[in-house]
Order: sequence, then structure tokens, then C-alpha cells
Amino acid sequence: MRPPAFQAVIDEHGQPLYRYLVAAVGVHDANDCFQETMLAALRAYPRLQHRDNVGGWLFTIAHHKVIDSARSRERRAVPVGAAVDVGGAEMTELPDPPDGALWKKVGALPTKQRSAVLLRYVADRSYAEIGAALECSEAAARQNVRAALQRLREETT
Amino acid sequence: MSSIEAQLRNGPAVDDLDDVLASFRREADREGLIDVAWSRVDTPYGDMRVAATDEGLVHLALPNVDEDVFLENLVDEVSPRVVEHPKRVDGVRRQLDQYFAGKRTSFDVPVDWRMTRGFRRTVLERLYTEVRFGEVVSYKELAVRVGNPRASRAVGTAMATNPVPIVVPCHRVLRTGGSLGGYGGGLELKLHLLRLEGALLS
Repeated sequence: MRPPAFQAVIDEHGQPLYRYLVAAVGVHDANDCFQETMLAALRAYPRLQHRDNVGGWLFTIAHHKVIDSARSRERRAVPVGAAVDVGGAEMTELPDPPDGALWKKVGALPTKQRSAVLLRYVADRSYAEIGAALECSEAAARQNVRAALQRLREETT
Repeated sequence: MSSIEAQLRNGPAVDDLDDVLASFRREADREGLIDVAWSRVDTPYGDMRVAATDEGLVHLALPNVDEDVFLENLVDEVSPRVVEHPKRVDGVRRQLDQYFAGKRTSFDVPVDWRMTRGFRRTVLERLYTEVRFGEVVSYKELAVRVGNPRASRAVGTAMATNPVPIVVPCHRVLRTGGSLGGYGGGLELKLHLLRLEGALLS
């Protein structure tokens, strides 16, 4: 199967990818994450296996950049010599949320739920793509989106 | 207040993607990751598209070619790492502008011939080096020039599959006797180009 030209990947996924990243890590880090995601994708592109789900593959890379970005923020915030608990990435706080109460709450979600709900609504991804991006089943992707919405509702009321 | 889903769908305020993409392209190019750089070229006859590799101009699509087809050709024949990056094709765009404005009679850009091969490539290279602005040649004559006088039909196929029209001037190839023959970009464009070059009376 012929892969699409990388240009087609940019045209189709560039805008939702950027929206997802801004919502996940804030404008400043989103610019870096976007560039790193796209460069990593372009480097690996000739060897790409999952040509039937290029979107899922691209957002997997992006999700990892979001995790890395949050970790490096934490690391920067920790005084020299203090223990760094990188195992706690699941509960990473949003480093630099976009303005607005809702986005701050989104930022307080566990990383996987946060990515799931942002991929679903901000980036308009299918559950199949979200599952691929988060490296879990489609059912687990649905469950994460549901759980995230429930938490956001609870905290809003 | 709208639902949480609706608020999420509206998304956060984001900057213009163009700036972010521009800096991605610069970095990708610096790392040598863009195997094929392409750009649209605005011409008096409609939007054309040009693509270049490290070796030179590799593909030009006339206005009647769908952009998707242009990109697919590049994926099939060169690499899937095709990225719009106008800066890398500035030279050829400038020369095309001058040509269409009647201020240029030959192109001084390296050509990457990898999208053609064998007999077709031989014919196209001969055409490129020998048939100048304002001249025309017949399919038959070109067949003779490459040493295969009975191959005028194959010469026609070579013209029809020319990956770099205009720069490799297949519009200068006519039927014996002077009738137009064919043109991938449409006969009207062929006529325009021949008039532009003064090869035909208006």
C-alpha cells in the first residue's frame, strides 16, 4: 500500500494535532512539542508500518511528547539533589494550561484521561485512533474519555 | 453554559498554524529530512506545482493536474517524505515567472531525471539540450535525432510522460506538417506557449 505523501499527513492532521498539544501543554510548550512530533514522524516516515492508521501513529508520538514535556517541567521544578519520581507521570499536573477554568481542570486530569478526552473532543479523533495513540484498546479509550468527562462534570458542579 | 463536550470541541485559543509549520519546515530541511520540496507556482495559465530533490527540479505539474496526483507521483517515484517548502524551489519559481513574462528564453536549473528512464529519458534529454526557445521539431525528427527514425510513436509517449514539462519543452514537438499533436496540459496551453515563444503566428 502506498503511504500518503507526508504533505497529506500535515494537511490532514496538522491543525488537530496542534490544537491537541495546546490544550494538553499550553501554547509555549505546544510549539516545541509540535515541532518535535512532526520531526520524529518525518524521520520515521519511510519505515512506517501502520499505513492504515497514520493518524493514530502520529498522535502516539504526540502523546509521548506530552508526557516528556510534563516530566521535564517537573524535573526543572525540582531542586537539585531532590528525588525525582518520574513513575508518577499518570498524575502529572498540567504545566502551563491555556487560560480558563475548564482547561485548568483538564490539566489536573491523569495524563491518559487527559489525552483521551482531548483527542476525542479537541482533536476530533475516532476511538480507534485514540486507542492506537494511547496504546490501549478501543474500549479502554472509551472508558478513559468517559472517566475524564465524569471528573470534569463533578468538578464543575 | 454550554456542555463540557462543546467547550472542549471549541478548543483553547491557538496561534496561527502557519508560523509553527514554517519553523518545522526550516528545521526539517536543516536536518535533511525533506526528500522532496514542493510549491505552488502562480502563472498566467493557472496554478502549477513544482518539486525539487537535492539534485534538482524533479517534477512539474501543469494546471490541469490534480494536486493529489502530483503528490502521489512523487511518493511513487521518489519518496514519501514530500513537504511543501517554497524556499527550496525559489530559483525555478523565479525563472518560470520570468519565462511567462517573456523575459527568459531558457531555464538554468539542474534537472533531476529520476522520474523518467530508458528510451523516454534519452528522448527528453535530447529535446532539453537541442530544441531551443522559438524552435519546433516533429515527433519524427526527434525520433531521427535519437537514432531511431521509426520510433515517432514512442517519442509521443515520451512527451506524454514528461515529468518536467515547460522546462523540458515537449510543447515544442509537433506533428510532421505542423499540426499541433497532443499536450498533457491541454492543446490550448500548448498554443499559448508556442505563441509566447514566437514559434507560431498568432
